[in-house]
Amino acid sequence: MSEYTDTLLPIRWHERRSSYDVVIVGGGGHGLSTAYYLAARHGITNVAVLEAAYIASGNTGRNTTIIRANYGIPEAVRFYQHSLELYKGLEAETGAAILHQTKGIIWLAHTEMAMRTERARCLLNTACGAQTFMRTPAEIRELVPGLDETGGGRYPVLGGSHHVEAATARHDRVAWAYAAGATQRGVHVLQHTPVRGLVREGGRVVGVETDDGPIAAGVVLSAVGGRVTAMAAHAGVRLPIRTHPLHAFVTNDYAQGFPPIVSSTELMSYVSQTERGQMLIGAEFDSQPSYSRQSSFAALRSYAHKISQILPFLRDMRILRTWAGICDISADYSPIMGFTGVDGFLVTTGWGTWGFKAIPAGGEAMAELIATGRPPALIAPFALDRFRRDHVLADQGSAGTR
Amino acid sequence: MVWLACPRCGRRPLEEFTFGGERRRVPDWIGDPDERDFDEVWIFENPDGVTTERWFHTFGCRRWLTVRRDASVDRVLEVLP
Repeated sequence: MSEYTDTLLPIRWHERRSSYDVVIVGGGGHGLSTAYYLAARHGITNVAVLEAAYIASGNTGRNTTIIRANYGIPEAVRFYQHSLELYKGLEAETGAAILHQTKGIIWLAHTEMAMRTERARCLLNTACGAQTFMRTPAEIRELVPGLDETGGGRYPVLGGSHHVEAATARHDRVAWAYAAGATQRGVHVLQHTPVRGLVREGGRVVGVETDDGPIAAGVVLSAVGGRVTAMAAHAGVRLPIRTHPLHAFVTNDYAQGFPPIVSSTELMSYVSQTERGQMLIGAEFDSQPSYSRQSSFAALRSYAHKISQILPFLRDMRILRTWAGICDISADYSPIMGFTGVDGFLVTTGWGTWGFKAIPAGGEAMAELIATGRPPALIAPFALDRFRRDHVLADQGSAGTR
Repeated sequence: MVWLACPRCGRRPLEEFTFGGERRRVPDWIGDPDERDFDEVWIFENPDGVTTERWFHTFGCRRWLTVRRDASVDRVLEVLP
Protein backbone atom coordinates (compact mmCIF):
# COMPACT_ATOMS: atom_id res chain seq x y z
CA MET A 1 0.00 0.00 0.00
CA SER A 2 1.25 3.44 -0.82
CA GLU A 3 0.69 6.74 0.89
CA TYR A 4 -1.68 7.46 -1.98
CA THR A 5 -4.05 4.55 -1.35
CA ASP A 6 -3.70 4.57 2.45
CA THR A 7 -5.55 7.83 2.71
CA LEU A 8 -8.46 6.64 0.59
CA LEU A 9 -11.42 6.43 2.94
CA PRO A 10 -13.83 3.60 2.31
CA ILE A 11 -17.25 4.31 0.86
CA ARG A 12 -19.99 2.47 2.72
CA TRP A 13 -22.46 0.88 0.30
CA HIS A 14 -26.10 0.46 1.30
CA GLU A 15 -29.15 -1.44 0.05
CA ARG A 16 -31.66 0.88 -1.52
CA ARG A 17 -34.79 1.95 0.30
CA SER A 18 -38.09 2.73 -1.41
CA SER A 19 -38.26 6.26 -0.07
CA TYR A 20 -35.90 9.07 0.94
CA ASP A 21 -36.25 12.64 2.17
CA VAL A 22 -33.87 13.82 -0.54
CA VAL A 23 -32.99 12.08 -3.81
CA ILE A 24 -30.06 13.53 -5.72
CA VAL A 25 -29.80 12.49 -9.37
CA GLY A 26 -26.18 12.36 -10.48
CA GLY A 27 -23.21 10.97 -8.53
CA GLY A 28 -20.69 13.53 -9.65
CA GLY A 29 -18.96 16.14 -7.54
CA HIS A 30 -22.00 18.39 -7.09
CA GLY A 31 -24.39 15.57 -6.20
CA LEU A 32 -21.98 13.99 -3.73
CA SER A 33 -20.90 17.25 -2.10
CA THR A 34 -24.55 18.28 -1.65
CA ALA A 35 -25.22 14.91 0.03
CA TYR A 36 -22.13 15.30 2.21
CA TYR A 37 -23.06 18.79 3.44
CA LEU A 38 -26.70 17.74 4.01
CA ALA A 39 -25.43 15.02 6.34
CA ALA A 40 -22.46 16.82 7.90
CA ARG A 41 -23.88 20.33 8.36
CA HIS A 42 -27.62 19.79 8.61
CA GLY A 43 -28.01 16.26 10.00
CA ILE A 44 -30.16 15.24 7.02
CA THR A 45 -29.04 11.67 6.30
CA ASN A 46 -32.12 10.06 4.73
CA VAL A 47 -30.60 10.93 1.37
CA ALA A 48 -29.83 8.91 -1.75
CA VAL A 49 -27.47 9.82 -4.57
CA LEU A 50 -28.42 7.93 -7.75
CA GLU A 51 -25.66 7.52 -10.32
CA ALA A 52 -26.26 6.03 -13.78
CA ALA A 53 -22.74 4.55 -14.06
CA TYR A 54 -20.10 4.82 -11.33
CA ILE A 55 -19.39 7.92 -9.25
CA ALA A 56 -17.32 10.65 -10.94
CA SER A 57 -17.65 8.86 -14.29
CA GLY A 58 -19.08 11.95 -15.97
CA ASN A 59 -17.64 15.43 -16.07
CA THR A 60 -16.20 15.19 -12.54
CA GLY A 61 -13.68 12.67 -13.84
CA ARG A 62 -13.13 14.44 -17.17
CA ASN A 63 -12.25 18.03 -16.33
CA THR A 64 -8.81 19.61 -16.10
CA THR A 65 -9.01 19.91 -12.27
CA ILE A 66 -8.30 23.64 -12.06
CA ILE A 67 -9.54 25.52 -8.98
CA ARG A 68 -9.60 29.31 -9.37
CA ALA A 69 -11.82 32.30 -8.70
CA ASN A 70 -10.71 34.93 -11.23
CA TYR A 71 -14.06 35.34 -12.92
CA GLY A 72 -15.54 38.40 -14.61
CA ILE A 73 -18.50 39.39 -12.43
CA PRO A 74 -18.62 40.02 -8.65
CA GLU A 75 -21.27 37.35 -7.96
CA ALA A 76 -19.09 34.68 -9.56
CA VAL A 77 -15.79 35.84 -8.03
CA ARG A 78 -17.27 35.72 -4.51
CA PHE A 79 -18.82 32.30 -5.12
CA TYR A 80 -15.69 30.71 -6.61
CA GLN A 81 -13.41 32.33 -4.03
CA HIS A 82 -15.51 30.72 -1.28
CA SER A 83 -15.20 27.41 -3.14
CA LEU A 84 -11.43 27.83 -3.45
CA GLU A 85 -11.21 28.37 0.31
CA LEU A 86 -13.38 25.31 1.03
CA TYR A 87 -11.06 23.28 -1.20
CA LYS A 88 -8.07 24.38 0.91
CA GLY A 89 -9.72 22.93 3.99
CA LEU A 90 -11.22 19.87 2.33
CA GLU A 91 -8.49 17.43 3.39
CA ALA A 92 -8.89 18.55 7.01
CA GLU A 93 -12.68 18.43 6.76
CA THR A 94 -13.04 14.97 5.17
CA GLY A 95 -9.79 13.30 6.23
CA ALA A 96 -9.12 12.19 2.65
CA ALA A 97 -6.07 13.35 0.70
CA ILE A 98 -7.26 15.05 -2.47
CA LEU A 99 -3.73 16.01 -3.63
CA HIS A 100 -4.56 19.71 -3.42
CA GLN A 101 -1.71 21.89 -4.69
CA THR A 102 -1.70 25.69 -4.81
CA LYS A 103 0.00 26.60 -8.09
CA GLY A 104 -1.21 30.03 -9.17
CA ILE A 105 -2.62 30.67 -12.61
CA ILE A 106 -1.02 33.06 -15.08
CA TRP A 107 -3.44 34.46 -17.62
CA LEU A 108 -1.47 35.71 -20.62
CA ALA A 109 -2.41 38.73 -22.70
CA HIS A 110 -1.22 39.01 -26.30
CA THR A 111 -2.85 42.31 -27.31
CA GLU A 112 -3.43 45.71 -25.72
CA MET A 113 -7.13 44.87 -25.64
CA ALA A 114 -6.42 41.74 -23.63
CA MET A 115 -4.12 43.72 -21.31
CA ARG A 116 -7.02 46.05 -20.58
CA THR A 117 -9.27 43.07 -19.85
CA GLU A 118 -6.67 41.55 -17.52
CA ARG A 119 -6.16 44.85 -15.66
CA ALA A 120 -9.91 45.14 -15.12
CA ARG A 121 -10.02 41.53 -14.01
CA CYS A 122 -7.24 42.13 -11.43
CA LEU A 123 -9.11 45.07 -9.90
CA LEU A 124 -12.45 43.28 -9.80
CA ASN A 125 -11.01 40.00 -8.49
CA THR A 126 -8.92 41.60 -5.76
CA ALA A 127 -11.85 43.80 -4.69
CA CYS A 128 -13.97 40.64 -4.31
CA GLY A 129 -11.34 38.74 -2.34
CA ALA A 130 -9.55 36.76 -5.06
CA GLN A 131 -5.93 37.94 -5.03
CA THR A 132 -4.94 38.71 -8.64
CA PHE A 133 -2.02 40.90 -9.78
CA MET A 134 -0.63 42.13 -13.10
CA ARG A 135 2.75 40.72 -14.08
CA THR A 136 5.27 42.06 -16.58
CA PRO A 137 6.75 39.82 -19.30
CA ALA A 138 9.98 39.63 -17.25
CA GLU A 139 8.06 38.42 -14.19
CA ILE A 140 6.11 35.93 -16.30
CA ARG A 141 9.38 34.55 -17.69
CA GLU A 142 10.38 33.72 -14.10
CA LEU A 143 7.05 32.04 -13.38
CA VAL A 144 6.55 30.03 -16.59
CA PRO A 145 9.40 27.74 -17.61
CA GLY A 146 9.86 27.25 -21.34
CA LEU A 147 7.72 30.26 -22.32
CA ASP A 148 8.27 31.76 -25.77
CA GLU A 149 7.64 35.44 -25.08
CA THR A 150 7.18 36.13 -28.77
CA GLY A 151 4.37 33.56 -28.92
CA GLY A 152 5.73 32.16 -32.18
CA GLY A 153 5.65 35.70 -33.58
CA ARG A 154 1.86 35.81 -33.56
CA TYR A 155 0.99 35.84 -29.88
CA PRO A 156 3.59 38.03 -28.13
CA VAL A 157 3.27 38.05 -24.34
CA LEU A 158 2.61 41.67 -23.35
CA GLY A 159 1.87 40.78 -19.76
CA GLY A 160 -0.69 38.89 -17.81
CA SER A 161 -2.64 38.51 -14.61
CA HIS A 162 -1.52 36.22 -11.82
CA HIS A 163 -4.23 34.70 -9.64
CA VAL A 164 -1.95 33.44 -6.92
CA GLU A 165 -4.28 31.13 -5.02
CA ALA A 166 -5.32 29.01 -8.02
CA ALA A 167 -4.82 25.31 -7.41
CA THR A 168 -5.37 21.82 -8.71
CA ALA A 169 -6.68 18.71 -6.96
CA ARG A 170 -7.18 15.11 -7.96
CA HIS A 171 -10.75 15.05 -9.31
CA ASP A 172 -11.85 11.47 -8.60
CA ARG A 173 -10.44 11.77 -5.06
CA VAL A 174 -12.65 14.81 -4.47
CA ALA A 175 -15.69 12.75 -5.45
CA TRP A 176 -14.51 9.84 -3.28
CA ALA A 177 -13.82 12.09 -0.31
CA TYR A 178 -17.37 13.43 -0.39
CA ALA A 179 -18.89 9.99 -1.09
CA ALA A 180 -16.98 8.45 1.82
CA GLY A 181 -17.92 11.30 4.18
CA ALA A 182 -21.56 11.15 3.15
CA THR A 183 -21.99 7.35 3.23
CA GLN A 184 -20.21 7.07 6.60
CA ARG A 185 -22.94 9.39 7.93
CA GLY A 186 -25.72 7.21 6.49
CA VAL A 187 -26.29 8.66 3.01
CA HIS A 188 -26.96 6.03 0.35
CA VAL A 189 -24.94 6.16 -2.88
CA LEU A 190 -26.54 3.88 -5.47
CA GLN A 191 -24.35 3.29 -8.51
CA HIS A 192 -25.58 1.84 -11.82
CA THR A 193 -29.02 3.26 -11.08
CA PRO A 194 -30.05 5.41 -14.05
CA VAL A 195 -33.08 7.61 -13.48
CA ARG A 196 -35.55 7.10 -16.34
CA GLY A 197 -38.15 9.62 -15.32
CA LEU A 198 -39.69 11.60 -12.51
CA VAL A 199 -42.83 10.73 -10.56
CA ARG A 200 -45.25 13.67 -10.51
CA GLU A 201 -48.35 14.12 -8.43
CA GLY A 202 -50.54 17.18 -8.89
CA GLY A 203 -47.78 19.24 -10.45
CA ARG A 204 -45.29 18.27 -7.77
CA VAL A 205 -42.28 15.96 -8.19
CA VAL A 206 -42.54 13.20 -5.58
CA GLY A 207 -40.00 10.65 -6.75
CA VAL A 208 -37.90 9.15 -9.49
CA GLU A 209 -38.39 6.19 -11.84
CA THR A 210 -35.61 3.62 -12.04
CA ASP A 211 -35.27 0.24 -13.77
CA ASP A 212 -36.08 -1.42 -10.42
CA GLY A 213 -39.16 0.63 -9.80
CA PRO A 214 -39.89 4.09 -8.39
CA ILE A 215 -38.18 5.69 -5.41
CA ALA A 216 -40.24 8.23 -3.46
CA ALA A 217 -38.58 11.50 -2.52
CA GLY A 218 -39.47 14.57 -0.50
CA VAL A 219 -37.21 16.62 -2.76
CA VAL A 220 -35.47 15.67 -6.00
CA LEU A 221 -32.29 17.54 -6.92
CA SER A 222 -30.97 17.16 -10.45
CA ALA A 223 -27.18 17.32 -10.28
CA VAL A 224 -26.91 15.80 -13.73
CA GLY A 225 -24.07 16.92 -15.96
CA GLY A 226 -24.55 17.21 -19.73
CA ARG A 227 -27.91 15.49 -20.05
CA VAL A 228 -29.84 17.87 -17.84
CA THR A 229 -32.24 19.06 -20.56
CA ALA A 230 -33.87 15.62 -20.70
CA MET A 231 -33.95 15.30 -16.90
CA ALA A 232 -35.64 18.68 -16.45
CA ALA A 233 -38.11 17.88 -19.23
CA HIS A 234 -39.41 14.98 -17.08
CA ALA A 235 -40.54 17.67 -14.62
CA GLY A 236 -41.89 19.92 -17.38
CA VAL A 237 -39.05 22.39 -16.83
CA ARG A 238 -37.45 23.96 -19.91
CA LEU A 239 -33.89 25.17 -19.52
CA PRO A 240 -31.73 27.80 -21.25
CA ILE A 241 -28.99 25.20 -21.64
CA ARG A 242 -27.03 23.73 -24.50
CA THR A 243 -24.74 20.72 -24.26
CA HIS A 244 -21.32 21.08 -25.87
CA PRO A 245 -18.39 18.63 -25.90
CA LEU A 246 -15.09 19.78 -24.46
CA HIS A 247 -11.90 17.89 -25.24
CA ALA A 248 -8.68 17.55 -23.29
CA PHE A 249 -5.50 15.54 -23.53
CA VAL A 250 -2.33 14.67 -21.63
CA THR A 251 1.17 14.28 -23.00
CA ASN A 252 3.97 12.02 -21.83
CA ASP A 253 5.90 13.07 -18.70
CA TYR A 254 7.71 16.38 -18.69
CA ALA A 255 10.70 15.74 -16.45
CA GLN A 256 11.81 19.36 -16.06
CA GLY A 257 8.72 20.24 -14.02
CA PHE A 258 6.12 22.90 -14.72
CA PRO A 259 4.81 24.52 -11.52
CA PRO A 260 2.14 27.02 -12.66
CA ILE A 261 -1.15 26.83 -14.51
CA VAL A 262 -1.00 28.89 -17.71
CA SER A 263 -3.98 30.12 -19.63
CA SER A 264 -4.69 32.45 -22.51
CA THR A 265 -8.06 33.79 -23.56
CA GLU A 266 -6.92 34.63 -27.09
CA LEU A 267 -5.47 31.17 -27.62
CA MET A 268 -8.43 29.74 -25.68
CA SER A 269 -6.21 27.10 -24.11
CA TYR A 270 -4.85 26.22 -20.72
CA VAL A 271 -2.09 23.94 -19.52
CA SER A 272 -0.89 22.52 -16.23
CA GLN A 273 1.16 19.56 -15.09
CA THR A 274 -0.58 16.62 -13.41
CA GLU A 275 0.78 15.05 -10.25
CA ARG A 276 2.02 12.22 -12.48
CA GLY A 277 4.13 14.66 -14.51
CA GLN A 278 2.04 14.72 -17.65
CA MET A 279 1.19 18.02 -19.32
CA LEU A 280 -2.58 18.45 -19.27
CA ILE A 281 -4.06 20.63 -22.00
CA GLY A 282 -7.60 21.77 -22.57
CA ALA A 283 -9.22 24.38 -24.77
CA GLU A 284 -12.58 25.78 -25.78
CA PHE A 285 -15.67 23.65 -26.17
CA ASP A 286 -17.02 22.76 -29.62
CA SER A 287 -19.15 25.56 -31.07
CA GLN A 288 -21.96 23.18 -32.00
CA PRO A 289 -23.94 21.36 -29.29
CA SER A 290 -23.50 17.61 -29.19
CA TYR A 291 -23.64 14.65 -26.83
CA SER A 292 -20.69 12.93 -28.48
CA ARG A 293 -17.71 12.09 -26.29
CA GLN A 294 -15.52 11.28 -29.28
CA SER A 295 -12.31 13.34 -29.45
CA SER A 296 -11.65 14.49 -32.98
CA PHE A 297 -8.24 14.76 -34.60
CA ALA A 298 -9.16 18.28 -35.76
CA ALA A 299 -9.82 19.44 -32.17
CA LEU A 300 -6.60 17.91 -30.85
CA ARG A 301 -4.57 19.39 -33.69
CA SER A 302 -6.06 22.80 -33.05
CA TYR A 303 -5.41 22.63 -29.26
CA ALA A 304 -1.86 21.36 -29.76
CA HIS A 305 -1.10 24.03 -32.32
CA LYS A 306 -2.38 26.85 -30.14
CA ILE A 307 -0.69 25.92 -26.89
CA SER A 308 2.66 25.19 -28.58
CA GLN A 309 2.75 28.80 -29.82
CA ILE A 310 3.53 29.95 -26.30
CA LEU A 311 5.16 26.76 -24.97
CA PRO A 312 7.25 25.44 -27.88
CA PHE A 313 8.74 22.57 -25.83
CA LEU A 314 5.35 20.87 -26.13
CA ARG A 315 6.08 20.24 -29.83
CA ASP A 316 8.57 17.56 -28.80
CA MET A 317 6.04 15.73 -26.66
CA ARG A 318 3.47 13.13 -27.57
CA ILE A 319 -0.23 12.96 -26.85
CA LEU A 320 -0.75 9.97 -24.56
CA ARG A 321 -4.45 10.03 -23.86
CA THR A 322 -7.45 12.08 -24.96
CA TRP A 323 -10.99 12.32 -23.73
CA ALA A 324 -14.05 14.53 -23.89
CA GLY A 325 -16.87 15.52 -21.58
CA ILE A 326 -20.26 16.97 -22.42
CA CYS A 327 -20.78 20.34 -20.75
CA ASP A 328 -24.14 21.88 -19.92
CA ILE A 329 -23.66 25.54 -20.78
CA SER A 330 -26.29 28.13 -19.92
CA ALA A 331 -27.36 31.04 -22.10
CA ASP A 332 -25.37 33.52 -19.97
CA TYR A 333 -22.39 31.23 -19.20
CA SER A 334 -23.18 31.16 -15.49
CA PRO A 335 -24.41 28.19 -13.48
CA ILE A 336 -28.05 27.73 -12.52
CA MET A 337 -28.75 26.71 -8.92
CA GLY A 338 -31.96 26.44 -6.97
CA PHE A 339 -35.71 26.33 -7.50
CA THR A 340 -37.26 25.50 -10.87
CA GLY A 341 -40.85 26.65 -10.40
CA VAL A 342 -41.94 23.00 -9.95
CA ASP A 343 -42.43 21.98 -6.31
CA GLY A 344 -40.09 19.25 -5.16
CA PHE A 345 -37.68 19.66 -8.06
CA LEU A 346 -34.40 21.58 -7.77
CA VAL A 347 -31.48 21.88 -10.14
CA THR A 348 -27.79 22.55 -9.93
CA THR A 349 -26.70 22.82 -13.53
CA GLY A 350 -25.10 24.97 -16.20
CA TRP A 351 -21.73 23.89 -14.82
CA GLY A 352 -20.27 24.05 -18.28
CA THR A 353 -16.53 24.28 -18.04
CA TRP A 354 -16.43 25.62 -14.46
CA GLY A 355 -18.03 22.83 -12.44
CA PHE A 356 -15.08 21.15 -10.75
CA LYS A 357 -13.85 24.29 -8.97
CA ALA A 358 -17.41 24.89 -7.71
CA ILE A 359 -17.98 21.47 -6.15
CA PRO A 360 -17.53 22.44 -2.47
CA ALA A 361 -19.38 25.79 -2.58
CA GLY A 362 -22.11 24.49 -4.89
CA GLY A 363 -22.76 21.48 -2.66
CA GLU A 364 -22.65 23.51 0.54
CA ALA A 365 -25.11 26.08 -0.82
CA MET A 366 -27.52 23.53 -2.31
CA ALA A 367 -27.50 21.61 0.99
CA GLU A 368 -28.38 24.80 2.86
CA LEU A 369 -31.15 25.55 0.35
CA ILE A 370 -32.63 22.05 0.81
CA ALA A 371 -32.30 22.19 4.61
CA THR A 372 -33.73 25.68 5.11
CA GLY A 373 -35.90 26.14 2.01
CA ARG A 374 -34.15 29.43 1.24
CA PRO A 375 -31.29 30.00 -1.20
CA PRO A 376 -28.19 31.33 0.61
CA ALA A 377 -27.08 34.83 -0.45
CA LEU A 378 -24.02 33.40 -2.20
CA ILE A 379 -26.12 31.57 -4.80
CA ALA A 380 -29.34 33.62 -4.84
CA PRO A 381 -28.23 35.51 -8.00
CA PHE A 382 -27.77 32.18 -9.82
CA ALA A 383 -31.45 31.18 -9.64
CA LEU A 384 -33.16 29.97 -12.80
CA ASP A 385 -35.70 32.80 -12.66
CA ARG A 386 -32.93 35.35 -13.37
CA PHE A 387 -33.72 34.89 -17.06
CA ARG A 388 -37.32 35.99 -16.41
CA ARG A 389 -36.21 38.91 -14.25
CA ASP A 390 -33.70 40.06 -16.90
CA HIS A 391 -30.91 39.76 -14.33
CA VAL A 392 -28.64 37.59 -16.42
CA LEU A 393 -25.07 37.04 -15.26
CA ALA A 394 -23.12 37.32 -18.47
CA ASP A 395 -19.73 35.93 -17.56
CA GLN A 396 -17.31 34.48 -20.06
CA GLY A 397 -14.49 34.32 -17.58
CA SER A 398 -13.14 30.95 -18.65
CA ALA A 399 -10.54 30.21 -21.30
CA GLY A 400 -13.08 28.10 -23.09
CA THR A 401 -15.59 30.89 -23.68
CA ARG A 402 -15.27 34.22 -25.38
CA MET B 1 -18.07 16.71 -37.06
CA VAL B 2 -15.05 17.92 -39.02
CA TRP B 3 -16.32 18.71 -42.50
CA LEU B 4 -19.43 20.40 -43.82
CA ALA B 5 -20.63 20.11 -47.43
CA CYS B 6 -21.57 23.63 -48.56
CA PRO B 7 -23.95 23.48 -51.53
CA ARG B 8 -21.98 26.28 -53.21
CA CYS B 9 -18.36 25.66 -52.15
CA GLY B 10 -18.28 21.88 -51.71
CA ARG B 11 -16.85 19.93 -48.77
CA ARG B 12 -15.03 22.42 -46.56
CA PRO B 13 -13.40 22.15 -43.08
CA LEU B 14 -15.68 23.05 -40.20
CA GLU B 15 -13.35 25.88 -39.11
CA GLU B 16 -14.64 27.92 -42.09
CA PHE B 17 -18.18 27.91 -40.68
CA THR B 18 -19.83 29.66 -37.75
CA PHE B 19 -22.54 27.93 -35.78
CA GLY B 20 -25.73 30.00 -35.86
CA GLY B 21 -27.91 28.14 -33.40
CA GLU B 22 -30.77 25.70 -33.64
CA ARG B 23 -33.70 26.58 -35.85
CA ARG B 24 -36.70 25.95 -33.71
CA ARG B 25 -40.30 26.90 -33.14
CA VAL B 26 -41.82 27.53 -29.78
CA PRO B 27 -43.97 24.47 -29.03
CA ASP B 28 -47.68 24.89 -29.70
CA TRP B 29 -48.63 23.82 -26.18
CA ILE B 30 -47.18 27.07 -24.81
CA GLY B 31 -50.15 29.39 -25.22
CA ASP B 32 -49.41 32.50 -23.19
CA PRO B 33 -47.81 35.17 -25.45
CA ASP B 34 -45.31 36.26 -22.78
CA GLU B 35 -44.34 32.66 -22.18
CA ARG B 36 -43.88 32.20 -25.92
CA ASP B 37 -41.60 35.24 -26.06
CA PHE B 38 -39.57 33.98 -23.13
CA ASP B 39 -39.22 30.55 -24.69
CA GLU B 40 -38.21 32.04 -28.02
CA VAL B 41 -35.45 34.15 -26.46
CA TRP B 42 -33.94 31.88 -23.83
CA ILE B 43 -34.79 28.21 -24.23
CA PHE B 44 -32.90 25.61 -26.24
CA GLU B 45 -34.40 22.27 -27.28
CA ASN B 46 -30.87 20.84 -26.99
CA PRO B 47 -31.95 17.39 -28.20
CA ASP B 48 -29.88 14.24 -27.80
CA GLY B 49 -30.81 13.39 -31.38
CA VAL B 50 -31.67 15.04 -34.68
CA THR B 51 -31.68 18.83 -34.72
CA THR B 52 -32.08 21.46 -37.45
CA GLU B 53 -29.72 24.39 -37.24
CA ARG B 54 -28.22 27.31 -39.10
CA TRP B 55 -24.57 27.59 -40.09
CA PHE B 56 -22.88 30.59 -41.73
CA HIS B 57 -20.05 30.00 -44.21
CA THR B 58 -17.86 32.79 -42.77
CA PHE B 59 -14.70 32.01 -44.73
CA GLY B 60 -16.44 30.88 -47.91
CA CYS B 61 -19.51 32.05 -49.78
CA ARG B 62 -20.79 34.02 -46.76
CA ARG B 63 -24.28 32.55 -47.04
CA TRP B 64 -26.45 30.80 -44.47
CA LEU B 65 -26.98 27.04 -44.64
CA THR B 66 -29.66 24.97 -42.97
CA VAL B 67 -28.24 21.72 -41.64
CA ARG B 68 -29.92 18.64 -40.19
CA ARG B 69 -27.51 17.08 -37.74
CA ASP B 70 -27.62 14.16 -35.31
CA ALA B 71 -26.35 15.83 -32.13
CA SER B 72 -26.03 12.53 -30.27
CA VAL B 73 -23.10 11.50 -32.50
CA ASP B 74 -22.32 14.91 -34.07
CA ARG B 75 -22.94 13.81 -37.65
CA VAL B 76 -24.52 15.83 -40.46
CA LEU B 77 -27.51 14.09 -42.05
CA GLU B 78 -28.46 16.63 -44.67
CA VAL B 79 -27.48 20.12 -45.84
CA LEU B 80 -30.28 22.25 -47.24
CA PRO B 81 -29.41 25.28 -49.34
